Amino acid sequence: MGSNVFDLIGPIMVGPSSSHTAGAVRLGAMALKILGGDLAEGKITLHGSFAETGKGHGTDLALVAGLLGLKPDDERIVEAKQLAQAKGINISFEKSNPPDAHPNSVTFELTDKLGKQVRVFGSSIGGGRIIIKGINEFNVEIMGDYPTLVILNRDLPGVVAQVTSLLATTQINIAQMRVSREKRGAKALTVVETDQTIEPAALELMRKLPSVYQAMAIEPLE
Amino acid sequence: MRTFEEWVLKSQTEGLKLGQIVLHDQAEQLDKSEQELLARMRENLVVMRESVRLGLTGERRSLSGLVGGDALKVEQRRASGESLVGSVIGGAIAKALAVAEVNASMGKIVAAPTAGSCGVLPAVLLTAEEVYHPNEEDLLLALFTAAGLGVVIADRASISGAEGGCQAEIGSAAGMAAAAAVELAGGSPRQCSDAAAVAMKSFLGLVCDPVAGLVEIPCVKRNAIAASVALSAAEMVLSGVFSAIPLDEVIDTMGEIGRQMPCSLKETAQGGLAITPTGRRVQADFL
Ligand code: SF4
Repeated sequence: MGSNVFDLIGPIMVGPSSSHTAGAVRLGAMALKILGGDLAEGKITLHGSFAETGKGHGTDLALVAGLLGLKPDDERIVEAKQLAQAKGINISFEKSNPPDAHPNSVTFELTDKLGKQVRVFGSSIGGGRIIIKGINEFNVEIMGDYPTLVILNRDLPGVVAQVTSLLATTQINIAQMRVSREKRGAKALTVVETDQTIEPAALELMRKLPSVYQAMAIEPLE
Repeated sequence: MRTFEEWVLKSQTEGLKLGQIVLHDQAEQLDKSEQELLARMRENLVVMRESVRLGLTGERRSLSGLVGGDALKVEQRRASGESLVGSVIGGAIAKALAVAEVNASMGKIVAAPTAGSCGVLPAVLLTAEEVYHPNEEDLLLALFTAAGLGVVIADRASISGAEGGCQAEIGSAAGMAAAAAVELAGGSPRQCSDAAAVAMKSFLGLVCDPVAGLVEIPCVKRNAIAASVALSAAEMVLSGVFSAIPLDEVIDTMGEIGRQMPCSLKETAQGGLAITPTGRRVQADFL
């Protein structure tokens, strides 16, 4: 799809860099949506140029801001660490360089107030656009453009069909769907991008399917 | 692929401003009313004005501490009446520095087309406003003209320093600003296109070589230079000078040059100013 005028004049954002600042806020926001609960604690590991030049771009502040639910144009991004502290959220930073990571990447290890944990790996791919590439041990590809359903299920024949027919009965149209698995017959992760918002009721039905261990609905980024 | 020429021809035959043609086109593409799009563009204009105002206070310092306060210096000289280049260019330089300094200090800006090049368009637009006193709708339409050119550049070449070097960011911003300035001055669609071509030609080959990888050196000052180039290009074209090479060909060659440019000169901080002795020292001090 071609770009439109508001991709060229806009977004309104806090500087200095669309990839290292605005993109970083969106990565934090996505990680928070994937956690799906109230953030209690986070460890952020910076990779590639996020680790090397992140400080001058406020990447660390931007990632924390995203985790706190701030938007890329919020002028409080610069105070994000103090805001986190005031909310009693403890966030620590590390750096590491896995050989195959995209230059601007980050791993979040987040814990919510009930003790639930999630690991999210993602990259900023330019112009403020991002991609989530890993949730826990699974490889995914989530851009945050669509409402996204993430399902952890048993890798059995027919599970995908159950999921799609359930979506069809709830009037949700599938834009894209991908399945990845650890090994045949074990756990699989199904990622479904949809055109309509996934209502809580539909999500509940999804969770009741016998082969589904976990299901989460991730709202698109603004 | 889109050409800018299509829009120029359309606006000639329909007798409308380029900004109106782009607005019609985008309303259709985005399936929104023109009023909605104008309102959304107005939000951008408000933030542009605010970033100029804030930057001219001179209170902003970048995270590295290397950048800040220069906009105020230039503005004060202009106010003193001693300016070498006069109030118009002097004011444009100050405004471009102002917005770029706000960006470097984590303030709120409008990417135009990118954050690194965010000072050029507001500086030129608001300078033309001081000269011609257009109404708000005309300012908004001039932004649509600028953004329309950006859409064509993004489609045919690139607007990202990492992909096409600084010519893609600062060069594109200069072209967009020149087109907007000509429209505000009452120039024809053809003149908008020619001014953009003249401005963009001036930046062909410009590499992206930010010191320590930060959007500070040389980025902030390049915004000011690009604003003056855009105004010079507009001035020439409004005087009746043509661009020998048509705009779409300039855009295509910018894309081609960007592809030929080595990676070390595309935002990796591995070449150019970034690896000068001073550039290396800054990097070592900072990190
Ligand atoms: S040097 Fe690179 S980072 Fe700086 S403005 Fe130019 S393209 Fe952007």
